Amino acid sequence: MTPMLVLLAILVLLVIWVIGIYNGLVGLRNQVKNAWAQIDVQLKRRHDLIPNLIETVKGYMVHERQTLENVTKARNLAAQASGVAQQAQAEGNLNRALGQFFVVVESYPDLKANQNFLALQEELTSTENKIGFARQFYNDQVMQFNNKIQMFPSNIIAGAFNFQASEFFETEDAAEREAPKVSFS
Amino acid sequence: MWEQIRSNKRRSVTLVMLIAFILVVLGFVIGEAVQPGAGPFGVAVAVLIWIIMSLVAYFQGDNILLAVSGAQEIEKKDHPQLFNVVEEMTIASGVGAMPRVYILNDMALNAFATGRNPKKSAVAVTAGLLGRLKRDELQGVIAHEMSHVVNRDVLFMTMVGVMLGSIVMISEIFLRGLWYSGGSSRRYRSNRGGGQGQAIMMLVAVVLAILAPMIAQLIYLAISRRREYLADANAAVLTRYPEGLASALEAIAGDDQVLEHANRVTAPMFIANPFAKAGRFAAGLTSTHPPIDERIRILRSIGGSVSFQQYDAAWRKVRGRERGVVPSSALAQETAQAVRPASEEGEQDKRQRMREAGDLLRKVNQFIFLPCACGLTLKLPPDFKKDKVSCPRCHKELEVPVAQLATAAQLGELMAGQTQAPLRVAASKAPQTPPSGPPLHVTRQSNQWTSFKCACGQVLHLAPNDPAPEVTCVGCGRKISVLNR
Repeated sequence: MTPMLVLLAILVLLVIWVIGIYNGLVGLRNQVKNAWAQIDVQLKRRHDLIPNLIETVKGYMVHERQTLENVTKARNLAAQASGVAQQAQAEGNLNRALGQFFVVVESYPDLKANQNFLALQEELTSTENKIGFARQFYNDQVMQFNNKIQMFPSNIIAGAFNFQASEFFETEDAAEREAPKVSFS
Repeated sequence: MWEQIRSNKRRSVTLVMLIAFILVVLGFVIGEAVQPGAGPFGVAVAVLIWIIMSLVAYFQGDNILLAVSGAQEIEKKDHPQLFNVVEEMTIASGVGAMPRVYILNDMALNAFATGRNPKKSAVAVTAGLLGRLKRDELQGVIAHEMSHVVNRDVLFMTMVGVMLGSIVMISEIFLRGLWYSGGSSRRYRSNRGGGQGQAIMMLVAVVLAILAPMIAQLIYLAISRRREYLADANAAVLTRYPEGLASALEAIAGDDQVLEHANRVTAPMFIANPFAKAGRFAAGLTSTHPPIDERIRILRSIGGSVSFQQYDAAWRKVRGRERGVVPSSALAQETAQAVRPASEEGEQDKRQRMREAGDLLRKVNQFIFLPCACGLTLKLPPDFKKDKVSCPRCHKELEVPVAQLATAAQLGELMAGQTQAPLRVAASKAPQTPPSGPPLHVTRQSNQWTSFKCACGQVLHLAPNDPAPEVTCVGCGRKISVLNR
């Protein structure tokens, strides 16, 4: 009788342990998805800021139509992109267009001192930072999740319930890694 | 980082149990000394005191701290850069919800964060700090504060602080009771005998009552210092830029001013010891914060890549110790990240920063802003009673503008639902007459801070560069459209 009880107790503990690890894995996976969505939120925010930027500088940069158009086109493409690869490429293009734009801005001292423009520049800098931090956070979550899946003993349960490792967010192109330099020195 | 939180929790439990043990023993011994057999009763009283204080601290702790420090809540439009920095750190630390942001009415350089759980936290920064630090440095300070919130340091330090407070209180009451009953300690003599045994108990009780607060305080301070190092490490990892926090600490260390509203209990919450005067050796066993120059040196010894391991190695090198400060569980599973380059700031010079911080402070303290056409903005203190004031530069007479009723033409346009008009009538939705009367509007003369009066007499402020087409009066609830000149 007693050995049966002991066996039962062990079985119950085992089940509880498995449930605990399973829930932990599910929680981490949801964190990863959440972190990915955060990146999207910040990217969309950048898209929304850019029309304001164009409006603010239009009065000053009357001769730079081509540059402004490039930025607008790149922004529209990025806003419509779907799928990870396409999105990454569109965002890279947008980065480059913005880089060119800010190079041109340097030759307009009146614009650089304009209050509206300075406020907008702060918003853009902050958005770039937020995109960076969102990516950083996503990668941290992915690392945690992958660790849990691959390390013993949780890898047993991960394998049993078919948890897949996630991908890190890495940009392929080295030029894309650089955020556009918003420098006015 | 999550490993570190869990390890912190484990350490916390151990230390909390230690202080709880001291509390229980104190209660028991005092109970026994007062009346043999009353030991358990003493314990019960001690625990009851502690529970009540804990409940108050847990539920109202942050509000009490904010009120005592003279903190005022601000919105995004009041200081976009501060809000952006806090938002960035919210994303990086994964806290989940944006904390409330407060400004402290002080030109000294300091900051703190409170919040019993990460979803309901608050960050407070002095106006002096806001005016003095560059963006990277501000980011480092906010990262440090939010690390305290994420690591549950705030909750922990509050609970331990309460326990310490209970111990101190019980000891004081007991000792004072002894003192005042003087030679004829009749209250403390029992009729049921006890005699020598009770005398010994009394002695033990007195010794413990003197020592317990000291021991508990030492434990509290040791915990506090360790947590500061860990928050520094966390901030470096979050921002990927330890130099930011290092130069911020340098600026704070070099500043002479003493924070007004700090006291011994709230001191651990601040980023730098509010009682340390620059140049004085304000560290050691009795300080809530590690010495600031040491913190700076550790941060600057971190090389080109940053992680908890790197911080631990730097800590060991600077302090010459074998054992590190970061718990081993946090060291296990992480990879070092490259330090990012310094962020480049815009054309804003130091005076402009200070001016913005000063303006925010004035707005929060109900100053009145009157931009003059000559370019000068007058900033009148709240107790300025006269109606008119003359501009010191051009001698023009100015008075606080009052929100005007819309003219018939403007009303007509509003009714027709047009949003594009020569005067740029605010693009509000189809008009519903607000319950408090016909629509008011005010014309904005300059892009700086501007004040005006609502029809009810309430003074309202418009933030610089704020594009919002209407504001709601805090006094009467009317909506006032804002037109640009």
